[in-house]
Amino acid sequence: MTSVPSTSSQQPPQIVVLSAKEWLQKNLFNTWYNTLITLGISTLLFFMLTRFISWAFTLAKWSVIPANLPLFFVGRFPSDQYWRLWIMLGIISILSGITWGFLARNSRLLFSKNTLVTLGFVGILAVITPVPIIFRFLLIGMLLLLLAGAWGGKTIGNTQPKLGKWLPFSWFLLLIVCIWFIGGGLGLKVVQTNLWGGLMLTLLMSIVSILLSFPIGILLALGRQSGLPIIRILSTIYIEIIRGLPLITILFMGQVLLPLFLPEGTRPDRILRAIIGLTMFSSAYLAENIRGGLQAIPRGQTEAAKALGLNTPLVVSLIILPQALKVSIPSIVGQFISLFQDTTLLSIVGLVELLGMSRSILANPKFLGRYLEVYLFIGILYWIFCYAMSVASQKLEKQLNTEHK
Amino acid sequence: MTTNGDQKIPLWRDDRFWRIALQILVIVIVVSVFALLGGNLTRNLRQTGNNFGFDFLKTSAGFNILDSLIPYTPTDPYSRVLFAGLLNSLRVMFFGIILTTLLGIAVGVARFSDNWLLRQLSLIYVEIVRNTPLLLQLVFWYGIFVQFPLIKESLNIFNSIYLSKQGIFLPWPSGIQGIIGLGILVICAIAAFIVSKRRTKVMVERGESGQPQLITLGIIGIIALLTLTVGLNWQRPMFNPTTNTIEGGLRLTIEFTTLLVSLVVYTAAYIAEIVRAGIQSVPKGQWEAARSLGLKSGLVMQLVVFPQALRVIIPPLNSQYLNLAKNSSLAVAVAYADVYNVANTTFNQTGRAIEVMLIIMATYLTINLFISLGMNQLNRSVQLRER
Repeated sequence: MTSVPSTSSQQPPQIVVLSAKEWLQKNLFNTWYNTLITLGISTLLFFMLTRFISWAFTLAKWSVIPANLPLFFVGRFPSDQYWRLWIMLGIISILSGITWGFLARNSRLLFSKNTLVTLGFVGILAVITPVPIIFRFLLIGMLLLLLAGAWGGKTIGNTQPKLGKWLPFSWFLLLIVCIWFIGGGLGLKVVQTNLWGGLMLTLLMSIVSILLSFPIGILLALGRQSGLPIIRILSTIYIEIIRGLPLITILFMGQVLLPLFLPEGTRPDRILRAIIGLTMFSSAYLAENIRGGLQAIPRGQTEAAKALGLNTPLVVSLIILPQALKVSIPSIVGQFISLFQDTTLLSIVGLVELLGMSRSILANPKFLGRYLEVYLFIGILYWIFCYAMSVASQKLEKQLNTEHK
Repeated sequence: MTTNGDQKIPLWRDDRFWRIALQILVIVIVVSVFALLGGNLTRNLRQTGNNFGFDFLKTSAGFNILDSLIPYTPTDPYSRVLFAGLLNSLRVMFFGIILTTLLGIAVGVARFSDNWLLRQLSLIYVEIVRNTPLLLQLVFWYGIFVQFPLIKESLNIFNSIYLSKQGIFLPWPSGIQGIIGLGILVICAIAAFIVSKRRTKVMVERGESGQPQLITLGIIGIIALLTLTVGLNWQRPMFNPTTNTIEGGLRLTIEFTTLLVSLVVYTAAYIAEIVRAGIQSVPKGQWEAARSLGLKSGLVMQLVVFPQALRVIIPPLNSQYLNLAKNSSLAVAVAYADVYNVANTTFNQTGRAIEVMLIIMATYLTINLFISLGMNQLNRSVQLRER
């Protein structure tokens, strides 16, 4: 009998179920000072919440939000061209669905309980959003496209998993198509860049700047780590100066100084100048994130690759960089989130992205003094995007963690 | 072809050659880009008729600023208004760094509280603040503060704190007695710090009761309390109905308060996460070992865990201080006269883009350098000294 391991030691510890009273006793009122803290915080929360609720339902005039929804989302984009944006959103929905389905191809359930609840919530939101009825149908349509894409992506992923490497390429292609849809030309009516605005401009600016700063950041990180003194010094100077300056001064540099350094008569577009400023800024920060990843790779990797006869460029591009980038994904996503937030500074140099649009709405005499309603609304928008990104980054980190632990 | 030549590596496969060639190539590219840009610059400057130079700093600025620590009138030269802006920036950075550290550590430690409500509250605070842009928070606070009433019907708390559109008025020590009082308070704080350190030392090392030190601490506390209540010669702000102003006390403008509050609230959320990560990085065994030696949980934190956590905390804390210093340039969004805002106005009036940019760059890089130097010094003092 002794050879048989006793079953009791194999069982997980018992889960203690506390009654509501015990839970309160343990978590809120276990000592006299915790009781004090609990009471203090509850009183404070009670006062704040009651004041907030009474403000939200009596004093606040929420009509400023639905009246300006198109402005918040797409700025002063001509309304007879909205169909282009809807087509664009449709394509984005399908492709994100496919990507999602493809990434989740090995999981048992595509639609887990949490996903279904989220989707249902988004669906209800789409129905109750105070916009013309046709837009509600379009929003539901986008949701259906997303679901169809997810189902299709999972099917494709299970039958032909090799197609996955085309996904990043198709996203890149989609970005170019998006810029064409927004800007026009090539058969579409041209929409001047001063009409681009709102959330659309925020997203466009942050995506384009991060994509541009990515290769520059990698080069700078490699340069800072390189054994060639001149390249190392130049990269270090660039990184340290840019990181020492506030973003607003770099945007100022982009808007004011750039035209001075260019040949006479060339005045790049305002948006282009802002993108150059943002790219200069975020490439320095990305370089430091990637450098962290580079430093995490053991020397043995380089030495082993050299011993196999690879030359330096091959060692870097095949062995070191892929590992370093994987390590630095969390900090790169963090950088992307902060760049997304930093695009608000463009409103100071006169671009009407989401915050700039809100400020110009508030300048309208009709909506004077409606600060809190507008800022709460766009605050929630920013929060949803940033929170979603940080959750996605944590998931990605877990998925890419191939170390055997 | 000699036999020797056969063994030579061809030039294009020689690593040494490429190392030198690559560096020369980079120098050539950088120099030619700079030459091209510089050439364009001189041509463009000649076109506008502005010669490079800092002479404009001596001319009269002609614009007024709201907040100034030094006497300033619009007839003063640009150099003086820039200096006033610099002082304003430094004021925000100084108080910002102190307040954000206090709030950040408090919120970070609250994550380990055994009070469920406090833990959740600090989690919610961090999640909300870190996922919304700073500039949005800034204009949000400004939106709240500008809705304060006019000075006539200003909100007053116990007749000593006034909240109004024109500013926030607080009681403040006044006169020579106030300065002496402040001096006594500083001495008391230093003495209390030394005594309490000594108390922990004798209690931990010699197992003594620490009673005499406790009594000393009590006496210091009483002296400090007396100084605080009567010795400082507090001056309360008073509302004067005839001139419709509030006189006396300390006046914080709405712009300064907005900037300070939003910087502190924003940066503290990041510091809270840094503190949390630092405390979590201390192995559990350290807690358990310290407890098994008989230390109470407050002392465990103070003597064992926090000193070790500091090693992890200080380097990222440095970059948060730098961020706070840089983010203070967002003052321009609420028209607070910080150095960037003043420089921006100077540029708009004089058109001296290059010179103004150089001044801004020099200012921020110097400030960053000093913060980093200070933090590195601090870092060295807490670092692990290995044999």
